[in-house]
Amino acid sequence: MSSNNESVKKTVTVALVLCLVCSVVVSAAAVVLRPVQAVNEKANMQMNILAAAGMYDPTQSIQSQFQQISSRLVDLETGAFVAELDAEAFDQRRAAKDPEFARVLSSAEDIASIKRQSRIAKVYLVETEGQIDKIILPIHGYGLWSTLYGFMALEGDGNTVAGLGFYEHAETPGLGGEVDNPNWKSQWPGKQVYDADGVAIRLVKGGADRSDAYGVDALSGATLTSRGVDNLLKFWLSDSGFKPFLDNVKQGRI
Amino acid sequence: MAKTKELLFDPVVNNNPIALQVLGICSALAVTSSMAVALVMSLAVIVVTAFSSMFVAMIRSQIPSSIRIIVQMTIIASLVIVVDQILKAYAYEISKQLSVFVGLIITNCIVMGRAEAFAMKNGAVDSFIDGIGNGLGYGAILMIVGFIRELFGSGSVFGIEILSKVTEGGWYYTNGLMLLPPSAFFIIGFLIWGVRAWKTAQVEKDEFKIAPNTKLKEA
Repeated sequence: MSSNNESVKKTVTVALVLCLVCSVVVSAAAVVLRPVQAVNEKANMQMNILAAAGMYDPTQSIQSQFQQISSRLVDLETGAFVAELDAEAFDQRRAAKDPEFARVLSSAEDIASIKRQSRIAKVYLVETEGQIDKIILPIHGYGLWSTLYGFMALEGDGNTVAGLGFYEHAETPGLGGEVDNPNWKSQWPGKQVYDADGVAIRLVKGGADRSDAYGVDALSGATLTSRGVDNLLKFWLSDSGFKPFLDNVKQGRI
Repeated sequence: MAKTKELLFDPVVNNNPIALQVLGICSALAVTSSMAVALVMSLAVIVVTAFSSMFVAMIRSQIPSSIRIIVQMTIIASLVIVVDQILKAYAYEISKQLSVFVGLIITNCIVMGRAEAFAMKNGAVDSFIDGIGNGLGYGAILMIVGFIRELFGSGSVFGIEILSKVTEGGWYYTNGLMLLPPSAFFIIGFLIWGVRAWKTAQVEKDEFKIAPNTKLKEA
């Protein structure tokens, strides 16, 4: 420990060299491992999609299970498939920020507080012999602290819920974070989305009646998260969301 | 050789970072609800402590004392990011469960403590072994706590069912408290009690004597 260690020059040199070495190490690790991580993230997303549809089987490889699912792009306004773009490569979250694909929502329309919405959405279909078996829709909206991203799976009739799951959110653990609770999620399958007047599915504060085909329990202690989930479902199932597409499916135009 | 052994195993029982120094409690509460996660966290801490101590020891004669803490932090932080990236690449599921706690190894007092207290004064090899030893001490407590919490909380060990749960037609009612972080407080408390009852040298002296109660007087 010589005393010239304490000079300004030495201090600045050590700091600079250290920063340089550390930044090279960190960026090298990030760059080298990026492809492996991307594969994991993709598999994780596919697992989320399978789980939302209630089709996930942990004993089998995700890739082989995902083969029965095809991704398609939907024009939300007309509800028709978009064939010109590559569905595999399309990133809906990025598209929502791209002026070419996005539209700004008016505050009256924007009940899910997402501000901008991609005009094209990426949906996932499970088809058996040309018949649509399950439709998996990407949904997102603002809860209490964060935007919740998830998937809602509907049966081929476009009205019966097959499952719901959020894969990304930052709600309060134990309160709003209970959107991940398997018990709560298990209430969704079998519920009905639309009644004669439009979107009828909702979260019921204080607990939904078991016989209620449209109601699911709200999360206790998480009023704002529950309201957020309620709003984002209403938004994505309305005319601004997937209703035109689901109407097309119901009438067999797709 | 005797010194190596001492450096490696002293921190496991005699000078355990959690049980004696009571450092690194935060992550010990958070990541011990299942053993697999606790094991990965222990390995991550062992790697980070060992290598950060080694690198700090290697450049210790060049570090100006005015910025030594920042230098140690930079080395530790870089290592933690590398470990986090590796986990994300090769143990994705577990890295999701560990979430922020891998990043929080940076603030784990054990790592900083060893860099400052040992690596700044000792050679690279000794510091490396000391780092492994302290990581092992941390890991040992994590595994014990993880074992108790997973066994009584989920009826399993490393995800393999030991006690058959009532929810799956067995006889064991799972203890929900064990899955919550506060249970780790109790377990670590009992562990510290146990270790100090065994190794009485670790019992701390009273900092002060409590005065006898003042006598009640008639007003």
